[in-house]
Amino acid sequence: MHFDDGQIPAEYAKHIRRKSLYIIAGLFLTVAVFISSIGMGPVSISAPEVLTTLFGNTISKRFDLIIWNIRLPQALTALAAGAGLSVSGAVMQAILRNPLGSPFTLGISHAAAFGAAVSVMILDFGTMASSNVGAVTINSPYLTTAVAFSFSLIATFAIIGISRLRRATPEVMVLSGVALGALFTAGTMFLQYFADDVQLAAIVFWTFGDVARATWTELGIISAVSLIAYIWFTLNRWNFNAIEAGDETAKGLGVKVERVRLTGMLLASLVTSVIVSFLGIIGFVGLVCPHMVRRMIGDDYRFLLPGSCILGAVLLLTADTAARLMLAPNVLPVSVLTAFLGAPIFIWLIIRGNK
Amino acid sequence: MMNLKVNGLNFNYNGIPVLDGINFCVDKGELLAILGPNGAGKTTLLKCLNAIHKPQHGSVLIGERDVFKLSSDDIAKLLGYVPQRVEPSRLSVFDAVLMGRKPHIKWRVRNHDICIVDAALKRLSLNHLSLRFIDQLSGGELQKVSIARALVQEPEVLLLDEPTSSLDLKNQLEILRTVRSIVKGHNVSAIMTMHDLNTAMRYADKFIFLKNGTIFGCGNAKCVTPEIIQNVYGVEVEVEQRNGCPVIHPVEDLNVIDHNHSHSHNHSHENEAIHNQ
Repeated sequence: MHFDDGQIPAEYAKHIRRKSLYIIAGLFLTVAVFISSIGMGPVSISAPEVLTTLFGNTISKRFDLIIWNIRLPQALTALAAGAGLSVSGAVMQAILRNPLGSPFTLGISHAAAFGAAVSVMILDFGTMASSNVGAVTINSPYLTTAVAFSFSLIATFAIIGISRLRRATPEVMVLSGVALGALFTAGTMFLQYFADDVQLAAIVFWTFGDVARATWTELGIISAVSLIAYIWFTLNRWNFNAIEAGDETAKGLGVKVERVRLTGMLLASLVTSVIVSFLGIIGFVGLVCPHMVRRMIGDDYRFLLPGSCILGAVLLLTADTAARLMLAPNVLPVSVLTAFLGAPIFIWLIIRGNK
Repeated sequence: MMNLKVNGLNFNYNGIPVLDGINFCVDKGELLAILGPNGAGKTTLLKCLNAIHKPQHGSVLIGERDVFKLSSDDIAKLLGYVPQRVEPSRLSVFDAVLMGRKPHIKWRVRNHDICIVDAALKRLSLNHLSLRFIDQLSGGELQKVSIARALVQEPEVLLLDEPTSSLDLKNQLEILRTVRSIVKGHNVSAIMTMHDLNTAMRYADKFIFLKNGTIFGCGNAKCVTPEIIQNVYGVEVEVEQRNGCPVIHPVEDLNVIDHNHSHSHNHSHENEAIHNQ
């Protein structure tokens, strides 16, 4: 079969340009939020001063210390974690063909958190102290991540299994996620019950999702894993589009649906596990960000993936900055704020239906 | 000229035989309708042809190429599949059809791909909808998008699973007319499963009657006789010629039914659950 009388329609070119423009605007917004976030805090630093320091020129020892040791790692962690969680949510929504899919709603975050708690408390891969920042110091980040990932796999396979049942509607899947989340939260509570008071304080503090506690090494691991996953996701962007149109359509287009689904879920769970084991549970970012992007530029994964990445990064950084400043001098963990903002949007998504 | 040839196809689903010893061939420019009662294995057969289901025995040849020995991308370049159901999403019509170029796209979409999509949209008169989201389309329009997607795969054979099952009469006729004109115009083949015998008779060149997973009869319109329909469907019918087109209608006296509620047909439904998987 051959078609040779086609041309590039101007309006389609415009349609693609408009979407690309959103992405580019998002990138600029990220940079702007990034610079102003680093500038904001108990010590206010102006944007030019932030830039000068970031380019390696010393303005004052104090600014160097604040930016390089405190604000920069925190801001970068917020960007990386936001991007990772959001893109994982977008991918889970495609491969489970479920608009309510995300690491948090499917219970995968809770499973990873339980795994990390097991590794720190029982397997002794971390030390605990009731100091304010860094209640839990993870001594073996790789092992902790591995244990968190193993537990997240239990939730992942349960979800994949349930998604294979014929009538696994979005609601059924989310309810399964609630059940899994409750199960693993109970596991974490069990550990808490047998903890001594220092450990208890530490683990409670640690289960709040907070981007302030990541070290440079941990930030490196989060970024590397998210980047690798993102590259694989991008290579599969057409496969995700096809799977969203239905398994049969996808198979007819030569997509190896089972393989893409399994690999995609595993990678998304891995990203979640890494983030959760270092930062704790940060909910709703993976659910809400992809949906906001879908509203703006549609379901096309060629744009949805970079869009979710950028919006996730910007939103988590904004939320984190707000959480730092809102109740100053108290610093809120960002997960409290994402839950306050995300929960109403989640309910709205359920009420509005699946479209 | 022969285009697709099926040799001794056998397919078991969890050890239960679904298709047994299927042989047939389709020429270029020919429209084949697979007919038969619910659960006869029509959809399963269609999915075996492009290896969505992997048959245990037999081969499907397109020209010289053995479909089961090709990569999944190469299969998608030879056979375009239009499933019975498509999930609508927030994708523009143009992008939804562009998805059909997936087997051809290496890394990025080339201008050539976009031109092909444009041509296919014009061919199906969908170009005025090209930037509409597919979750805003009617059933008929969505079905056309699905067909356009299969066309831009530039296949040798189109496979359509009940292309008209959820459409009203006008859309049914329009879709089948379009499929037929593409088959004739581009000299490709189309294989479709169908329920409605009369629309099948009207648009297809060749028919296969499937019963309990085997071919019960095969041939052109002349082979569609009251005997074969009685045997395959268990329904007594008359075949009448009307404007050169055979028309089938059941021989059934409604007055008798109205007075005899206990009368019932004994269709075989035993395989239905399997085929609908």
